[in-house]
Amino acid sequence: MTAQTDEQVDIAAAAAAAARKPGIFRRMGRSQSVIIGAALVGVMLLIAIFAPWLDTIDPAQIDPTYRNRKPGVERMITLPGGEQVRHVYWMGTDSLGRDIYSRVIYGARISMVVGVTVAAISVVVGLFIGLISGYIRWLDGVIMRVMDGLMAIPGILLAIGLVSLWGAGLFTVILAIVVPEIPRVVRLVRSVVLSVREEPYVEAAISVGTPTPLILVRHIMPQTMAPIIVQATFICASAILVEAILSFLGIGIPPETPTWGNIMAEGRVLFRIHPHNIMYPGVFLAVTVLAINMLGDGLRDTLDPRMSKRI
Amino acid sequence: MLTFVARRLLATIPVLAIVAIFVFLMLRLTPGDPAAVIAGDYANSQQIAEIRAKLGLDEPLVTQFFIWAGRGLQGDFGESFFFKRTVAELILQRVEPTLALAVCTIVLAVLIAVPLGVIAAHRHGGWIDRIVMGFSVLGFSVPVFVVGYLLIYVFAIQLSWVPVQGYRSPVDGLGDFFQRIILPSCTLAVIYIALIARITRASVIEVLGEDYIRTARAKGLTERTVLMRHALRNAAVPIVTVIGIGIALLIGGVVVTESVYNIPGLGRLTVDAVLARDYPVIQAVILMFSFVYVLINLVIDLAYSFFDPRIRY
Repeated sequence: MTAQTDEQVDIAAAAAAAARKPGIFRRMGRSQSVIIGAALVGVMLLIAIFAPWLDTIDPAQIDPTYRNRKPGVERMITLPGGEQVRHVYWMGTDSLGRDIYSRVIYGARISMVVGVTVAAISVVVGLFIGLISGYIRWLDGVIMRVMDGLMAIPGILLAIGLVSLWGAGLFTVILAIVVPEIPRVVRLVRSVVLSVREEPYVEAAISVGTPTPLILVRHIMPQTMAPIIVQATFICASAILVEAILSFLGIGIPPETPTWGNIMAEGRVLFRIHPHNIMYPGVFLAVTVLAINMLGDGLRDTLDPRMSKRI
Repeated sequence: MLTFVARRLLATIPVLAIVAIFVFLMLRLTPGDPAAVIAGDYANSQQIAEIRAKLGLDEPLVTQFFIWAGRGLQGDFGESFFFKRTVAELILQRVEPTLALAVCTIVLAVLIAVPLGVIAAHRHGGWIDRIVMGFSVLGFSVPVFVVGYLLIYVFAIQLSWVPVQGYRSPVDGLGDFFQRIILPSCTLAVIYIALIARITRASVIEVLGEDYIRTARAKGLTERTVLMRHALRNAAVPIVTVIGIGIALLIGGVVVTESVYNIPGLGRLTVDAVLARDYPVIQAVILMFSFVYVLINLVIDLAYSFFDPRIRY
């Protein structure tokens, strides 16, 4: 291909993008739930990134002399560097004397990492399998039967089973949450592929001898993007919930790691006296998941109006 | 009709088979000796050898699967190494609380969610609709255990209306039973209500646009009759479908709810088994829940063809 045609293609693509982009972004900008959801998710991301600078202390630091304090108490503490500062325990301390506020703030990191990673891995794997299943007919039957079987196992239960075998840890928890999500992405991608594969432009691409992988990537994959972005936000939200559930049940990420589920699990014992040990991380968790779900709902309405029912 | 039932039944078999293969492989493909894994952390080498012989672990993988599946079909899932009894016995013992919780939850959820969805659809775009939809998004987002502890805090600790935790069998007195099951059912129902209300609203809105609704209104029927007899009835298929699909959510929720409320059901059994690394129990529970899920959805599918004469296969 000559440089000139390349340039022409680029210009055409840019023009198409210019024609499309402002519309979509303007529509997104008009959607209240996208704005509120994205803003809240943004705040959570900032909290996760800047956790060490948000008036936190070491979230793992145990202090046996300062256990189960009410929210709002303050005292002088010694930093690792040796200097003395006044620290406010905004959310009190847990039964090991750790600062719950610091743990909740640091917990945002784990939740964000789990949500984003699970969404990314399930989308990539699901996209790959879904494209193949939708386009290569003889593989379709086998792949879809396996996916049906996988989907028949309730998601949380499958994750619990996998974690129990692989052992607790951040990475195993992420993988265990990914596995039940994959068939949902595969189904979504496959249904798009099935509707797109009969389009004239795909036929045209076949007739000029474009290799199958190139057809899949260049002509079919772009059509799956809108529904996949929507699906990815929902996966992200549900992954954060499932991670919290696993940690809460004591079978997820090891208890010394500050995650919202672990803080709540730790708070169970003294729930009657100190309900805030569960409520603070619970509120953070609920707001985060709510924000991502709102973002997803808004994106779905703007990007992909057909997909109005979600299960 | 009969051919449809037969075809649908046949189609279920491969799904169940794949679930079984998957559950089987989960343990076998984990690095390490499955016999040692099954025997648990405190087994000696003789016990491990016994298990290996019993499960036929020296046979090829395919043979092993058929030995395992054959025993499973006869209800033999081996022995729990933590609870020291057969897995089948253990599961039977734990079924009742879970079943009671699930039934109460479904009844509660349907009774609340369907009217909510219908009202929201009727007032489409109004403030009731917004509230119902808002609640629905919220219901999807608030984790089960947070709802659980919130309800415990308000109704059991602050107001002392009901006991904090525990379970009583309905056989030992319905009053005690309901007193203890009401909070867990409400907890578990939240996400289910969110799901059902959403779908009810969507499908009733769709039906309300049909010609026969206009006819019904034109002939002077009350709005109530139009909504309940004409709209809801025709919107029933997606609603019933989502109740069936929602069973998966329910099963996940059961595990958490039973832990929060200390109910000795299958969910608690699952968590206890995982904490004790009791694999025969984990395998059996996952397998059983999945089969129940598939079979419930099969029944719902079959029910359509009886209840909705428009559906022809």
